[in-house]
Amino acid sequence: MSLIDLATPSRFAALSARLMPALVALTAVAFLVGGMQAYLAPDDYQQGATVKIMFIHVPTAWLGIFAWMVMSAAALGTLVWRHPLADVAAKAAAPIGAAFTLICLLTGSLWGRPMWGTYWVWDARLTSVLVLFLLYLGVIALWHTIDDPTLAARTAAVFTLVGAINIPIIKFSVEWWNTLHQGASVFRLGGSAIHPSILLPLMSMLAAFTLLFLTLHLAAMRNEILRRRLRTMLLMKADAAARA
Amino acid sequence: MSPLSALLLRDVRLAVRLGGGAFIGVLFFLIVVTLVPFAVGPDLALLARIGPAMLWLGALLATLLGLDRLLASDHEDGSLDLLLMGRMPLELALAMKAFAHWLTTGVPLVLATPVLGILLNLDPSSTGAVAITLLAGTPALTFIGLIGAALTVALRRGGLLLAVLILPLNIPVLIFGVAASSAATAGTVPFRGPLLILCALSLMSLVLGPVAAAIALRQGLD
Repeated sequence: MSLIDLATPSRFAALSARLMPALVALTAVAFLVGGMQAYLAPDDYQQGATVKIMFIHVPTAWLGIFAWMVMSAAALGTLVWRHPLADVAAKAAAPIGAAFTLICLLTGSLWGRPMWGTYWVWDARLTSVLVLFLLYLGVIALWHTIDDPTLAARTAAVFTLVGAINIPIIKFSVEWWNTLHQGASVFRLGGSAIHPSILLPLMSMLAAFTLLFLTLHLAAMRNEILRRRLRTMLLMKADAAARA
Repeated sequence: MSPLSALLLRDVRLAVRLGGGAFIGVLFFLIVVTLVPFAVGPDLALLARIGPAMLWLGALLATLLGLDRLLASDHEDGSLDLLLMGRMPLELALAMKAFAHWLTTGVPLVLATPVLGILLNLDPSSTGAVAITLLAGTPALTFIGLIGAALTVALRRGGLLLAVLILPLNIPVLIFGVAASSAATAGTVPFRGPLLILCALSLMSLVLGPVAAAIALRQGLD
């Protein structure tokens, strides 16, 4: 079975139905393992136990950005290859990405209060992530405003690709500007700057959150396919009633 | 006369006519700036300090509200379909329309700035700086707005959605515009830096705006 066979919604629905239980179980296990590691991780010598907010804040930040990149890839699938499931993937990913970005902003804000003395500061990193959240809300509004699913998909695809310019700005904001936010300490040239006792739980939690994103995304895609089938059936029913 | 200049002339002529909306933007700019002292109080020192920012906010909102007329009226009477089907490259046609829009909305804002600067107790050098930054930044606002206008062209009440989509993309223009204006007033950072970045943003949007808008329009009417 080649990749193109996944393009039909019914094939996809069948395959994802088989994958879902395994994914859910895997996600639960990953969170248990990651959570244990985070619990057992040592306290920071300056921040104490508050440093453990990082185990939620950093993965959700990465996934908020990752979701927009998934949406951009889906946008290319819609515009360039007209892949039938691409718009389903894009529409499903938007609320999940928005939720992760919101959790990132809220946990960061709660972490900032004891650490920096303020809930919010208008530095480059925080501002660009807030802009990302606004872009998410914009694309969700776009999906809900346009009635025709095909037109909505293409319009949202163009907007997603335009908004993708924000992603490198977020990544490099701590390098290009003087920011209060922590500089790059994990993915940087010269290797990570974090001690393994904190880095390993962070990586476990990242894996757990990524699995969570995949599970939620797959479930949302299935829901969206069902929603579209429902819409088609309602339209056919209305059409039949009009003819009768 | 080449087709592109004919299109430019048409759009400018339509805009300056009554009901075309060219000077409504300036009027809105005036109203917003007049509201500021009512909101923050008449303290002249405070007004001088936030003056450049308020002028920039007013210009941004005035541009945003004027974007509705960029493509929507042409979509309604069918001339947008003619543009799409014609032999003129769609990107260039949209660039000309956006340029005409800037000439009739953005440039009047820049010309109105000295008058409004007096209302906000700005000294001449600050006002001049704000005017220069607006001149450099309003093309970016218009051309990025062109993308939003193309995305929402088929919607009946797309005005607010257009603002929601475009405002996050306009934030960098606002940041650097106000940074340049404040630099000219306070003098700690050189004025040239943010101004050059503002020019860069305008130049980038000059290319990206029409290209993205053309893609959006082609998808919408496929």
